[in-house]
Amino acid sequence: MSPIIQGILTIIIGVGGCITYFYASNWVLDHLIFPARTDDRGRNINRATMVRPWLFLFPAIFALGLYLVYPVVGSFYRSLFNRSGEEFIGLGNYYYLFAEDGFRVAVFNNFLWILFVPAAATFFGLIIAELTDKLSWGNLAKSLIFMPMAISFVGASLIWKFVYANDPDIGIINAVRDSMGLSPIDVLQIPFWNNFFIMFIMVWMQTGFAMVILSAALRGIPEETVEASILDGANPFQIFFRIKVPQIRSTIIVVWTTITFLTLKIFDIVYTMTGGNFDTEILPSYMMDYMFRDDGRATAVAFVIMLIVLPVMIWNIRQAQREA
Amino acid sequence: MATLKLTDVGKTYGGTVEVLKHINLDIKEGELIVFVGPSGCGKSTLLRMIAGLEKISAGTLEIDGDVVNDVPPAQRGIAMVFQSYALYPHMTVRENMSFALKIAKQSKDEIDAAVDRAAKMLQLEDYLDRLPKALSGGQRQRVAIGRSIVRDPKVYLFDEPLSNLDAALRVATRIEIAQLKEKMPERTMIYVTHDQVEAMTLATRIVVLANKGVAQVGTPLELYERPNSEFVAQFIGSPSMNLLKGEVVSTGAQTRVHLGNDGVAFSDYPTTEADQGLQVKVGVRPEDCRIAKDGDFYFYEGKVDITEALGEVTLLYFEAEMGQDPVIAKLPGVHSNMRGQTVRLTTESDKVHLFADGVSLHYREGTPEPENA
Repeated sequence: MSPIIQGILTIIIGVGGCITYFYASNWVLDHLIFPARTDDRGRNINRATMVRPWLFLFPAIFALGLYLVYPVVGSFYRSLFNRSGEEFIGLGNYYYLFAEDGFRVAVFNNFLWILFVPAAATFFGLIIAELTDKLSWGNLAKSLIFMPMAISFVGASLIWKFVYANDPDIGIINAVRDSMGLSPIDVLQIPFWNNFFIMFIMVWMQTGFAMVILSAALRGIPEETVEASILDGANPFQIFFRIKVPQIRSTIIVVWTTITFLTLKIFDIVYTMTGGNFDTEILPSYMMDYMFRDDGRATAVAFVIMLIVLPVMIWNIRQAQREA
Repeated sequence: MATLKLTDVGKTYGGTVEVLKHINLDIKEGELIVFVGPSGCGKSTLLRMIAGLEKISAGTLEIDGDVVNDVPPAQRGIAMVFQSYALYPHMTVRENMSFALKIAKQSKDEIDAAVDRAAKMLQLEDYLDRLPKALSGGQRQRVAIGRSIVRDPKVYLFDEPLSNLDAALRVATRIEIAQLKEKMPERTMIYVTHDQVEAMTLATRIVVLANKGVAQVGTPLELYERPNSEFVAQFIGSPSMNLLKGEVVSTGAQTRVHLGNDGVAFSDYPTTEADQGLQVKVGVRPEDCRIAKDGDFYFYEGKVDITEALGEVTLLYFEAEMGQDPVIAKLPGVHSNMRGQTVRLTTESDKVHLFADGVSLHYREGTPEPENA
């Protein structure tokens, strides 16, 4: 069978199946379970009306449960077993993790990432959005700053590997050091600060996102409030920080939290830059270390990540809803 | 406390698009000047130029004798009330009103005293801790006015402050502004509106803007009783003044004009013998029209097309040729049964305005200039 016919057939079966399900289940409800022609037809109609939404929602709830809820529960369940998955060890994987140095470093670094990356990306995005707004070549500048968004994390890491390269003929940092007569260093091996060099790649990529959203928000501010503050004697700094920024506060929070959980999911940048060496491990890359070798520990790490993401996520959704 | 002088002020955008030109105005201390004009005549632009939000392209603006063309808005001693209120949405009423003083680094006691005084004046004391979104439209506009008062400026600018309010609130707020002016008789105010009632009731003088310039400046009654052009005549007053073609047949202290259909009008506008045979437009306001008795002179005869009974007055719209404005008469009382009747209209000679080439004969060269212009 040719793939085209196969595809068409799939669509027909899928759509037809849906229609059949809704029609048939509705028919069964109205004619067999709660028929509207017996003595208590009023009650039956009411009962059918109460059941109907659940009937129609069932496929969606089932699919969401299968693909979203089951993996969460399943992962947690798996994390209670040993590496082969045969022996139940309770919270043994978690005990092990919290006792392990590598895990603690990863958690610490992860909090550094959560604090630094969203803050820096949102701050730069906001400043650039404001500065480019009135420029004739502002849109060009914005497109350039937005571009890193389109690069994959691995691609971006490669670019920055060149920037950070040890060889003064390749890496710009060492080229500058070289011109000042200093010997080259590998910035990715400087303890603690190497984290920031890696984080900066993420900042570089996310600033464009923050800039685009915040730029739109800044344009949505009523011009009269800005004019009123000019008449009130505010200088450009006061206008920006006391009139404009407070008015787009909720957008700033949404951007901030969105970047926060993008950051919580990052593993590729660390993986490609250092492979987690030199104390640059973060939780997702730490999880990768165990994946396929000890699924019990890997799922335990995944669960810890989820617990960290959860509050940020809830806050983000609340803010987005308030916005709407 | 403040005088304003505009000398040959003009505004061009991008060097080519001219919006305003040759604006000359002398505004005395304590006046309430109203700018009126059709949409797009540049009245808001002129106000924004005085505020400093728009650059002045030509001419000079003086406040108290100092040229302020290049003085930043905040240092001109002006405050502005915007059409959309322009309250800072993230600040409470108190914070909104005290913002300018905080920027000016006044002491907390001074700020509190000024805010409380303004809040009392505008009955906003109960709302000081609310955010603007928790206020009604009228309250928001009062906060916007309060924000100006707190700064104690020399000149208040109002940019269509009432146009976002509903009809009842508009009347109430208009009266509040009038009372505010009375409490501060030495403050100069400039007020932009397209609402004639606001202009007529609030203004000490009205500036009618049209065709990028000033059409006429005068007290409300001057503009109403002696408009200097057809434009001002039709712009001030509602419904608009009726304009009919006519020919001057006898001149002197009183002028006799013949109109079509045996119509005759006498006007107190003086003419000279040179005006004999002059083609003029005869202007009579709808509210000055009376129904002519048999045998009386009449200036217009027509068939009533539509009547609008407003209770205290009835508007008669006469049949008009396609594309022409109908003649309108505003008669006291109820006359709803006049539809379809043929009616002759007359009026007193001091209510008949004469215009030649769009300009009032009253203001022709050789006739004395009106006072206060």
